Amino acid sequence: MIPAKFDYVRPSSVEDAVEALRQGGEDAKILAGGQSLLPVLRLRLAAPSVIIDLGGIPELRGVREDGDRIAIGAMTPHHDVMRDDLVKQHVALLGQATETVADPQVRHRGTLGGALAHADPAGDLGAPALALDAEFVIAGSSGRRTVSAAEFFVDYFTTAIGEGEILTEIRFPRYTGWKSHYEKFNRTAQAWSMVAVAAALKVDGGTISEARVGLTNMGTTPIRATGVEQALVGQPATADAVRAAAERATEGTAAPSDADAAADYREHLARVLTGRAVLAAAG
Amino acid sequence: MTTTADPTTHEIGNARTRKEDARLITGRTRYTDSITPSGTLYLAVVRSPLAHATITNINAEAARSAPGVFGVYTAADLGAEGIGLPCAWPVTPDQKAPQRPLLAVNTVHFAGEGVAVVVARTAAEAKDAADLVEVDYDPLDPVLDMEAAAADGANLVHPDLGTNVSATWVFDSAEAGTGNSVADAIAAAEADPDQIVVRRRFRQQRLIPAFMEPRSVVVDPTGEQITMWSSTQVPHILRTMTTVTTGIPESKLRVIAPDVGGGFGGKIGVVPEEMLCVLVAQKLGKPVKWTETRSESLLAAHHGRDQIQDITITAKKDGTVTGLDVSLLADMGAYLGLVGPGVPILGAFMFNSIYKIPAYRFTCRNVFTTKTITDAYRGAGRPEATFAIERIMDELANELGRDPLELREQNWISHEEFPFTTVCGLTYDTGNYEAATAKATELFDYAGLRREQEERRRNNDPVQLGIGISTFTEMCGLAPSRVLGSLSYGAGGWEAASIRMLATGKVEVITGASGHGQGHETAFSQIVADQLGVPFEDVEVLHGDTQISPKGLDTYGSRSLVVGGIAIVKAAEKVVAKAKKLAAHLLEANEDDIEFSNGFFSVKGTDKGKAIQELAFAAFMAHDYPEDMEPSLDSDAVFDPENFSFPHGTHLAAIEVDTETGRVKLRHYVCVDDVGTVVNPLIVEGQVHGGLAQGIAQALFEEANYDESGTLVNGTFVDYTLPSAADLPSFTTGVSSNPATSNPLGVKGVGEAGTIASTPAIVNGVIDALRHLGVNEVEMPTTPQRVWRAIQEAQGRSTQETPVDTHSPGAGLGSIDPNNPQGEVQ
Repeated sequence: MIPAKFDYVRPSSVEDAVEALRQGGEDAKILAGGQSLLPVLRLRLAAPSVIIDLGGIPELRGVREDGDRIAIGAMTPHHDVMRDDLVKQHVALLGQATETVADPQVRHRGTLGGALAHADPAGDLGAPALALDAEFVIAGSSGRRTVSAAEFFVDYFTTAIGEGEILTEIRFPRYTGWKSHYEKFNRTAQAWSMVAVAAALKVDGGTISEARVGLTNMGTTPIRATGVEQALVGQPATADAVRAAAERATEGTAAPSDADAAADYREHLARVLTGRAVLAAAG
Repeated sequence: MTTTADPTTHEIGNARTRKEDARLITGRTRYTDSITPSGTLYLAVVRSPLAHATITNINAEAARSAPGVFGVYTAADLGAEGIGLPCAWPVTPDQKAPQRPLLAVNTVHFAGEGVAVVVARTAAEAKDAADLVEVDYDPLDPVLDMEAAAADGANLVHPDLGTNVSATWVFDSAEAGTGNSVADAIAAAEADPDQIVVRRRFRQQRLIPAFMEPRSVVVDPTGEQITMWSSTQVPHILRTMTTVTTGIPESKLRVIAPDVGGGFGGKIGVVPEEMLCVLVAQKLGKPVKWTETRSESLLAAHHGRDQIQDITITAKKDGTVTGLDVSLLADMGAYLGLVGPGVPILGAFMFNSIYKIPAYRFTCRNVFTTKTITDAYRGAGRPEATFAIERIMDELANELGRDPLELREQNWISHEEFPFTTVCGLTYDTGNYEAATAKATELFDYAGLRREQEERRRNNDPVQLGIGISTFTEMCGLAPSRVLGSLSYGAGGWEAASIRMLATGKVEVITGASGHGQGHETAFSQIVADQLGVPFEDVEVLHGDTQISPKGLDTYGSRSLVVGGIAIVKAAEKVVAKAKKLAAHLLEANEDDIEFSNGFFSVKGTDKGKAIQELAFAAFMAHDYPEDMEPSLDSDAVFDPENFSFPHGTHLAAIEVDTETGRVKLRHYVCVDDVGTVVNPLIVEGQVHGGLAQGIAQALFEEANYDESGTLVNGTFVDYTLPSAADLPSFTTGVSSNPATSNPLGVKGVGEAGTIASTPAIVNGVIDALRHLGVNEVEMPTTPQRVWRAIQEAQGRSTQETPVDTHSPGAGLGSIDPNNPQGEVQ
């Protein structure tokens, strides 16, 4: 498990990191928490010429309030995200999904931004980010731009982050008082999701007034279950109503088939788990 | 019998924490990879990405000129084209055994087979240069399905053998004179409306032993003896086999197994890399080290299990079993491992298990495929047998409408019937299946769980409850040498021990059973402390180095305690006999008047005596000792067991199955085992827990998957789904001891028991949860998808399985194909 040779730089500012990325060209690779990159390097599935470690940039780490948004630095470790009081209060669904990521060691090293930029469709954080309309702040040589979650996820392991750009911050609207749940289905406790469902609800007097539902690993990117959301709104938070709405979970999906689960089984799981996620959220 | 007049038992039964652990858990281990003689070069293996292909060209120019590289060698470059690795178990006289080369010559026969080696100054340089070796292949059709491979006209793995069937091994109780004819039993059952015939096919999926410490070898050729350090279970066998393989005189070889981080059978082999390091070290005159990566380990170290089992059982409608026919196909992989062909044969004696079966026939065909070789993995043949008999007993109970536990009791050997000679001719010395079962059902609340199961069925609960049963026995403590001889095994089954009484009264114990994580140092120290009456702390156990422990047959088959431990007892008895003679001389008493107790030799009826430490010093000084003895208490012993040991137990699993998703949850697991006398309850508990985890993992989690081109597709720990502690419940374990009568300590083996017993308990539980829905079989591992599909099919809802793309990137890092390092991940 020996990676191929590479150069290593550890810039102390976003600007320096962007410059290092420009100098490194297309063979440069960004290191966040390293939980996906290092195995890939050690298996020699990637052999970048230079690794740019973002670990020395303080501004990329931490959770803060920014007006009506909760802003999370891209280099904030999963452990910090799920323990953060602002996250618990205003973006609870993200914290719940983060708790299901791998194991404690990985959650101490892996970062929110790293996981989202890696964009593994089986990763757990894309679905809540999409469902909650997160915004992604991306820095490049010409400054910073913001893209919506819907634009951010492009394909398998592909995002809107362009060449020479770095994800710096993920911003969430406040969902204060919403109810939420992340329902994950995997083979072993530390495994990636076979399918998972992120659900957040606003419930007024027993009636669902707003619903956000995101699906993990039901396509090449996280998928928003808009059909389910529409079907839920205005419904009572009862088992029958929720299960009926959950039948629409596979609309617009393109589930993969692999050794653990063929597409038809994933589709079945998506419907069952959507029902469970929404009911658990409704509490 | 023993010369120990009054053996003390202060230590045996004491749950001591392991004396070796402080060192192991504080990073003071001496694994092979941490041993680096000065001037060490590093070896990396260039491996075939294809399962079956002709090598048309190897271009090593770029690799040879890469930084730090000393050389790139093929088999021809090393003069190794004629060298084959040994197979020590010709199970039949006509067994077909192709030469297993150190590096592929002309043709590769499995993905992961070595083609060339690169030697460089550092491990990183060796790996970098290995990537530069260009090998051209002309692909051949892979041979992947063992059933198709065994059929006439099959594509051949080794065309010169003319067949893919290596050997067909048969046991027939009628021919052996140990029982009736199965053919007659089946014919009778088919003709008789008061009898029943149940036929089932079970599949033992391919597993990967997945030991914690990857394999590693260091060879230093610079001394008078060539020294080999290896992460092996079998340093003594390795030394002999290195001589057999390379021709280096055994006296010129020293083999050391330093700290070894687990094996589970996976380090029982003699592997190409060990011999390659010897050849390269000799060629270059420098120390050479090879340490595998985890991916290499999963790909190229031997695998386990991989059988298709066709089982036929016949019974009277009152439940009495009348016959059992077993027909196996066993996948050997591309070549025969050191003991690989014998692994399924070991199972032959265990299909009848604890039951009185009057007629039995066992047929096994060992088959070659273009996959990684299979060999011993925890239980080796016996888990497969136990699975089949315990599954078919549940099937028979279901067909007869009987409670599966009652049906077992009706057929098992009752405790009054021991010793009992089985239909295979083995004599079980002791056991009490009733007692273990009674204790287990009580701990489990069998009746209460049956009520809950009934309730959930009645309420159509989406989560159904199943109760899984396994009442197992196994044969272990390998093995009586004469029995091994009758099976054509290439070695005996004895074990050697020496005890050295040092001048200061401390004790060195040398054992040939080389431990690799089991706790030998602690358990053996406890035994010797009791035998000699010395403090536990005064005993040092030495092993794993042929210069220190020159004689031994190593560790596998739950043999260390029941064979190696008894050799130590025998050596201790000789020490005591010598000390007694010396004591009588020094005390001017008749030897018959000397009594030995608690480390003290006293003259009967007096207060005169000598401590064993005083006698050790007296022997060292040698100023005064009897004329007819040598001035030494040191003693050696070699113990050859008269019989196997037969641990048994009752294992019960409460399984919840979510019928909506197919997820299986192991809610509760109870086992009550009879492992004879327990030397250290804590170590026994640890062995049982680890064994259960591995057996349960076969039922629920693990399988080595190959794609249609013969590539191992889950060759990393990301996708080879080993369970962690979070995937398993807390186990409830109990003991129901009946000391073995075949050895003076009354001990039985424990290392494999949990693994052997637990797999069928889990699968029986899964099926018991779903039986009322029409499910009678779910292949292992019983993944959520398989369970869900089984339910759909049983309910008449056929599911359209989408073709599986095993390379789909939808499974996270599981998409990474270790055989395709050119693949790109963003």
